[in-house]
Amino acid sequence: MRYVWLAFLFVVVAALSVLGFRGSLSTRPPLEVFPDMDHQAKYKPQQESRFFADGRTDRPLPANVVPRGRSVEADPMYLAADDHMFRGKTATGEFARGFPEGLEVSHEFLARGRNRYEMFCAPCHGRTGDGNGITKQYGMGATPTYHDDRIRTMAEGEIYNTLTNGKNTMMGYGDRLAVTDRWAIVAYLRALQRAQQGTVDDVKPANRPELGL
Amino acid sequence: MSKIFPKSANALPLQIVLFLAVAGTVATAAVTYWVTPKYTRVGYAPTQPVPFDHALHAGQLGINCVYCHTNVEKSEHSNVPSTSTCMACHSIIKKDSPLLAPVRASFETGAPVPWVRIHKAPDYVYFNHAVHVNRGVSCVECHGKVNEMQVVKHDQPQSMSWCLDCHRNPELRIRDSKDVYNLDSETLAAQGRLEEAIARVHDWKIKPPQSCSGCHR
Repeated sequence: MRYVWLAFLFVVVAALSVLGFRGSLSTRPPLEVFPDMDHQAKYKPQQESRFFADGRTDRPLPANVVPRGRSVEADPMYLAADDHMFRGKTATGEFARGFPEGLEVSHEFLARGRNRYEMFCAPCHGRTGDGNGITKQYGMGATPTYHDDRIRTMAEGEIYNTLTNGKNTMMGYGDRLAVTDRWAIVAYLRALQRAQQGTVDDVKPANRPELGL
Repeated sequence: MSKIFPKSANALPLQIVLFLAVAGTVATAAVTYWVTPKYTRVGYAPTQPVPFDHALHAGQLGINCVYCHTNVEKSEHSNVPSTSTCMACHSIIKKDSPLLAPVRASFETGAPVPWVRIHKAPDYVYFNHAVHVNRGVSCVECHGKVNEMQVVKHDQPQSMSWCLDCHRNPELRIRDSKDVYNLDSETLAAQGRLEEAIARVHDWKIKPPQSCSGCHR
């Protein structure tokens, strides 16, 4: 019986040394104890496909397709027909000034713009728009500041166009930001510019003593 | 009559019972410890084709999760970014690094970078990222402190009982909306704002399903 106990002890020690402890790092794929229906014959996003030649389940859209089952009456944005809204241009092809119809520049709109700006723009342009984002320390070249006359006087449509399609070394963000979010960022950019041009007149008289004025 | 069994055999039945009891206990303990995602999945840290460092990008640089995982707020699927996202910076910063060669090749040819998937729900689970993050469940609840991981590892077991732990008590796990992508933040409950969390669960109609068909369809 002693040998049985010894053999048992050996098995326990061997199992411990082979299997190790919970949470230890491993590059081996997880062991599936009961795989059952874990892997079904269906496609999920960004998975590998053995059927399509490019090896992916996500299929690229053919050119000029539109979603089916919608109408312009129900959704004016559907065909992206509004040049000002979708391309930042007027009917004559110039960059449009002001914000497109249908967008209300409200407090919520600016808050959304700030939220998106700090996620997508601040890494390079800085949270105040001075062009000194964190990436500058890592070798990102001259990121322009928003606080010069060139950009202060730039048409909103041109800023929208830059944001959508990129300019110089900046790549476009049209694939990652919704159209209304891009306009919200344009609005917030205007707010940032305005904030840098504040004067004592912008402070309510009652609050001026707080600033020692 | 000669003895068939030696005298020591008298103790044998007791010893066998004792052994079976100990062996049964150890086997139960072993299954409990090892046959669970807490062991099989936690700690999985595969080698990726590009050694992308989340601790640098998300931690040190403070780039928001959504900068790359853009669909997390609007889709069930939190996407791995396209290589054009990488190239937004890496066409300038470290543009000749040999480590980034697969990214550049992908950007030029359109072929995907063969990233190794770490977190994978079984195909009969319908998990939706957007409904979680938009109701205040932070990334960190399911993925751990990715902003401190140089190599991403499977941090939480993501087993069904683990899902239900939170589905039964969502007020203990939700965060302020502004903290969802701040992986160093604390839950409302941990900040001593439990009442606020309970109110939010009520006001936002946060009703995590506990029925089978909530997640299995």
